[in-house]
Amino acid sequence: MSDAAEVVRRLRGWIEERTGLSALVDFGREKTVPVHRHSVWYYMGGMSLFLFGIQVATGILLLLYYRPSAGEAFESVQFLMAKVPFGWLIRSIHSWSANLLVFVLCVHMFSAYFLKAYRKPRELTWLTGMALLLLALAFGFSGYLLPWNTLAFFATQVGTEVAGSLPLIGRFMLRLLRGGDQVTGGTLTRFYGMHVAVLPAMTTALLAAHLLLVQKHGMSVPPGVEAERRRTGEPPRSLPFLPNFLLHDAIGWCAALGALAGLAALFPWELGEKADLFAPAPAGIRPEWYFCWAFQTLKMLPGHVLGVEGELLAILGFGAGGLLWLLVPFIDRTPERGDRRTRVFTVVGWMVLAYLAVMTALVYIPVRS
Amino acid sequence: MCTAVFYPVVRYIVPPSVPEAPTSRTVAARDGELKPNEAKIFQFGNRAGILVRMPDGEYRALSASCTHLNCTVQYRGDLRQVWCACHNGLYDLQGHNVAGPPPRPLDQYQVHVANGEIVVSKV
Repeated sequence: MSDAAEVVRRLRGWIEERTGLSALVDFGREKTVPVHRHSVWYYMGGMSLFLFGIQVATGILLLLYYRPSAGEAFESVQFLMAKVPFGWLIRSIHSWSANLLVFVLCVHMFSAYFLKAYRKPRELTWLTGMALLLLALAFGFSGYLLPWNTLAFFATQVGTEVAGSLPLIGRFMLRLLRGGDQVTGGTLTRFYGMHVAVLPAMTTALLAAHLLLVQKHGMSVPPGVEAERRRTGEPPRSLPFLPNFLLHDAIGWCAALGALAGLAALFPWELGEKADLFAPAPAGIRPEWYFCWAFQTLKMLPGHVLGVEGELLAILGFGAGGLLWLLVPFIDRTPERGDRRTRVFTVVGWMVLAYLAVMTALVYIPVRS
Repeated sequence: MCTAVFYPVVRYIVPPSVPEAPTSRTVAARDGELKPNEAKIFQFGNRAGILVRMPDGEYRALSASCTHLNCTVQYRGDLRQVWCACHNGLYDLQGHNVAGPPPRPLDQYQVHVANGEIVVSKV
């Protein structure tokens, strides 16, 4: 054995003695992923993790130039985009990746819903996943304000006002989010703190819990696939996680990185106009695409419905719907049997998806007022 | 123990109420600054107001905070109405909510022209 090989062997032995890393590698080698006609959806989790990594990396780079105050935020982003080499690229990748991340998380959630991956014993995996999606939306909402431009200002004005409309706790929530009664520089500082410290800490903890649960229970096989196998007697097929599944994942990540680079280069993220606290909301204002369904609902509801204010009704509706969606593993107790009751949940899922798609599309269809 | 730890933290993150200096009147514009069928947003304390010069030359002043979700409204000369771009709410020049989601009218202010200034005061 050569000297170099001997040094590597001894170094590995030294590390192994102190960390026991080989147990982790063995776990990865033993881990398998089921193979069936719905296996493609298994890649959404890894893709989300990859895009989250991009967010962390580009976010840290943006921090080097960003200044979180009403007087300097817009100018610091302007400087970053105009003067800092590749500043425009880093910011555009951060923005595009944020949008792709929310999209992939939505696909991940709906695929888990329709394939009934929430069923026993994966209820906690569903709950932690939903919490992670909510955190991603909170990241999007808080990060949107940071460039301190007009669109961001009004999006925050409306978003925090929605929270302020909640019965009993509304005013408390509004002041908590805004850091006062109005959206000001204080709100910007508060959102910055949430975006770079509070939300990342919460996400790290929840992500660890979510990944641990996924490792403990393995990937869920849809009840339809299980039933088919029982009927045909076909043995379950699987793929080793290391290296096969991970390499498949890596192909997707390379494609995502290429798509991000292309989007950032061809459609650099615009900065817009600096926020003016006493300017009217501009025509054509709309939030990011993932909040458009709520925006359109609020737009379509009249001032009062049966004596209740439209906005309050909408907010209570969103809350009740979200709570039911969150608790679906505890409501749909018969997914294994594939009976009629569980099919109701599938139909409800398609209705929710159709509602979100139609409401979002309506925002992008220009309507003359 | 929990109370001793969390009470100060919760009190810390909820900002203190800073009483707003009472503003009951302000100069919104100079006389002649606005042409008929034009409007401008002005600062009224820590809120926004909208001053509209109507086609007949008369002035109207209203709160500029939409009663739906608090966006700042604007005047639409083509409609001769006040419009909120956020959710397409419409108000007439008396401040009445006439279309869209706003649940309540806009607050109306008094307008006086004195010494070449348009002075707006709370009713």
